[in-house]
Amino acid sequence: MPKDGGIGASTKRREDIRFLTGKGRYTDDINLRGQAYAHFVRSEVAHGRIKGIDFAAAEAMEGVVKVFTAADFAGVGGIPCGWQITDKHGKVMLEPKHPVLADGKVRHVGDPICVVVADTYEQARDAAEMIEIDIEELPAVLDMKAAIEPGGTLVHEEIGSNLCFDWGFVEENKAAVDEAFAKAAHVTTLELVNNRLVANPMEPRVAVADFESHSDQYTLYTTSQNPHVIRLLMGAFVLGIPEHKLRVVAPDVGGGFGSKIYHYAEEAFVTFAAKVVKRPVKWTSSRSEAFLSDAQGRDHVTKIELALDAENNFTAIRTDTYANMGAYLSTFAPAIPTWLHGTLMAGNYKTPLIYVNVKAVFTNTIPVDAYRGAGRPEATFQLERLVDKAARELGVDPVALRRQNFITEFPYQTPVAVVYDTGNYHATMDKLLEISDHAGFEARRMESAARGKLRGFGIAHYIEACGIAPSNLVGQLGARAGLYESATVRVNATGSISVYTGSHSHGQGHETSFAQVVAEMIGIDAAQIDIVHGDTSNTPMGMGTYGSRSLAVGGSAIVKATNKIINKAKKIASHLLEAAEGDIELKDGKFTVAGTDKSVDWVGVTLAAYVPHNYPLESLEPGLEETAFYDPSNFTYPSGAYGCEVEVDADTGQVTVLAFSAADDFGNIVNPMIVEGQVQGGLAQGIGQALMENCAYDENGQLLSGSFMDYAMPRATDLPMFNVDHSCVTPCTHNPLGVKGCGEAGAIGSPPAVVNAVIDALIRGGHDVKHIDMPLTPSRVWAAING
Amino acid sequence: MQLTDQRDIAADPATVWAAILDPQVLMACIPGCESLTGSPEDGFEAVVVQKVGPVKARFTGLVKLSDMVAGESLTISGEGKGGPAGFAKGGAKVTLTAIPQGTRLGYDVQANVGGKLAQLGSRIIDGFAKKMADDFFARFQETVEGPAAADDMPEDAAPGNDAGGEAGNGQKKGWFKRLIG
Repeated sequence: MPKDGGIGASTKRREDIRFLTGKGRYTDDINLRGQAYAHFVRSEVAHGRIKGIDFAAAEAMEGVVKVFTAADFAGVGGIPCGWQITDKHGKVMLEPKHPVLADGKVRHVGDPICVVVADTYEQARDAAEMIEIDIEELPAVLDMKAAIEPGGTLVHEEIGSNLCFDWGFVEENKAAVDEAFAKAAHVTTLELVNNRLVANPMEPRVAVADFESHSDQYTLYTTSQNPHVIRLLMGAFVLGIPEHKLRVVAPDVGGGFGSKIYHYAEEAFVTFAAKVVKRPVKWTSSRSEAFLSDAQGRDHVTKIELALDAENNFTAIRTDTYANMGAYLSTFAPAIPTWLHGTLMAGNYKTPLIYVNVKAVFTNTIPVDAYRGAGRPEATFQLERLVDKAARELGVDPVALRRQNFITEFPYQTPVAVVYDTGNYHATMDKLLEISDHAGFEARRMESAARGKLRGFGIAHYIEACGIAPSNLVGQLGARAGLYESATVRVNATGSISVYTGSHSHGQGHETSFAQVVAEMIGIDAAQIDIVHGDTSNTPMGMGTYGSRSLAVGGSAIVKATNKIINKAKKIASHLLEAAEGDIELKDGKFTVAGTDKSVDWVGVTLAAYVPHNYPLESLEPGLEETAFYDPSNFTYPSGAYGCEVEVDADTGQVTVLAFSAADDFGNIVNPMIVEGQVQGGLAQGIGQALMENCAYDENGQLLSGSFMDYAMPRATDLPMFNVDHSCVTPCTHNPLGVKGCGEAGAIGSPPAVVNAVIDALIRGGHDVKHIDMPLTPSRVWAAING
Repeated sequence: MQLTDQRDIAADPATVWAAILDPQVLMACIPGCESLTGSPEDGFEAVVVQKVGPVKARFTGLVKLSDMVAGESLTISGEGKGGPAGFAKGGAKVTLTAIPQGTRLGYDVQANVGGKLAQLGSRIIDGFAKKMADDFFARFQETVEGPAAADDMPEDAAPGNDAGGEAGNGQKKGWFKRLIG
């Protein structure tokens, strides 16, 4: 019988009560007394020199408080980048300035040039229309390969090149890799594009800031996945505000998918402006603005090669990738195509030699950074498409080729730095074939064929590195921050508990699943436990939520802090029970002297801690509150087998996803229902990338897919019922919960499964198609069918 | 976007050429043109109101005539700023060739948009530019040849590319006569 509470129970999400009844408190719900409204005037051209800004008429308009331009930010720092890559020559990456407001040049459509602050939002917008900006348009840098040819137009003149870095990994292996290719019995090559995506969380970004002159205290409410990171970056690097004078609050946040990790100019602007205009300042992004100002995802152009020996064993992998950085370096942008991408190129396979080259390129486009999966989807897509192509070239079953090359012994040291602690890839593959009724595919294909449709089955097996990350390791790799997580467990006098976590929930259900962990450990009802997050003034310094890290790292910090609580509570219990501390057992919220019926319940201990009349004050402090920081010793490595079944209409090129099955190994599971929801959401985004989503610019750098009319988001009718299984469990070996993380898996494993399925359908239908770049829109599929 | 097309006009090249250089003709022919002042040598200042999909805007900008070879060819280019709607840029390379029925007017149009127009209207911009060009040259043809008998014929029914077949209809007034009454 399933549990009805604690770890392993599909407890209903407590936060959904407020979300589903309109009681959520999002940043835009926060209105401060006397607030003014900011409206950003953004560049309409992709690249240009600012010759003049005439805002006198705008500033004279009714209700306008002030018009800000770059001149107001003289002496203010720029938007910092949080990761420094060292290239294959030992040279650090080129790091251009990223001013809060465009200074001298605009570098992408949407680059903010000036801001109107007015009494009302409408007044700010009206005044913005009166601003005359004289821009000399320059040629837009768009094509990555052309951009790094010498003598071309530069996005940033001061750094002298559009090549941010040329990264080789592992550079020492390059000669051996080349040699393996020279000796290979077979080489499979694939050139592909990983299409640029717009994150499009349901809630656009919002920022509202206040400054109290009597205390020099700033408060910023913002739509962030990591308020402490914003406080550190903005306080220390942009505005020079000491942390104790800056409070950052990220209240309910309606989705992020990575796009709300980064520190954005708008947050810095409202914080800065609140002091200047002596009143709170609020900015709310429109959806149109979000398309132009939220960091975008993916955008890799790759050539990948696989060398095999005569027995079809993988002997080497070589890749050559151009990664688009956009016009400026977003907070974690350089880490995505490098350490979150190159380190996963081994996939699930025991390929002994791997060399990854990544050229990161500046272009006149919106900055690119992590988007659900961040580097790992790009790695998985290349590898799983490549293995499928190799199987076809060799005339072997794609499942068999994968199985033959699976890693089976753990821990496994890959040739790309990381060590997989555990996994069982044959088990997930077995489970996938079972739940997808792979054996029955041929009959289903015949049935489709009878209706004139082409049916295909595609498989992908993924691995990802989650639970990011060991601070000492990422420090060596160029991170300018640690990646630990924190928790404070505050037990109240009458036994209820408030847990303050440095993680941030923006849809993941932490308030439910984290409470389940503490409830399980102490043996009390989860209703006695509240999870508090998102406010730097009451949570310990934490790094926030991304990279499927919250349970693996943040949850581990909570376990650590709760263990400290339990240890202290046992000391108190041993005093109350007049027994040796070592004899005290905690079970179901009751402390018992082992082997006796002497006990004191949880509330008896917590009350004693806060009303210490009968208490060992000489050896123990009163109170029951503990803080812990947890720094992981390794990444976690979720893995899984995904199967997609599609039908293609050869006359129109329309692809219909008929079935999608996911067999994941996430290690231990705290709340199966939440895990299933996370996988489903990831699958929807991955299928969206594979079939419909595409961020397109025209030859002048104008964003063509700048609204939901042109940027196709997957809808419920585009998706099948998902068949999600996570019964294959190899617990993580190095965190106390044995958990691996599940937030990104769906978006990582699904794109190659979908594309493999479409290629399978076309080939079975007699069409010799090797590859189609995502998104597989009807026109692209039709064009592939018709040569 | 790029568009190449042609139409036959029942007037000799010299008449067609003179019409192209006439600000009043240009104003009458540019769809949505509210005002147009200036000269062929210095360029024209134009105000044009247009709706592109969801975005309606009043564009102010310059129309320039360049690469002029009298009676043979020229380039008409324009750049309009639509305030918060963004901007539009475009041009048409126009060639005139004498044919037995009058003049074959060939045009090679290219158009670009930016800002909100591109963000929201890119899907329909090709169709929009084609309609603008077709409207312009249809009106131009009508202006030069003079309208058919039904002088108040609605715009939507303006003659298409094959309207040249009506050339020589005695009921039409020439463009010059129309303008001077």
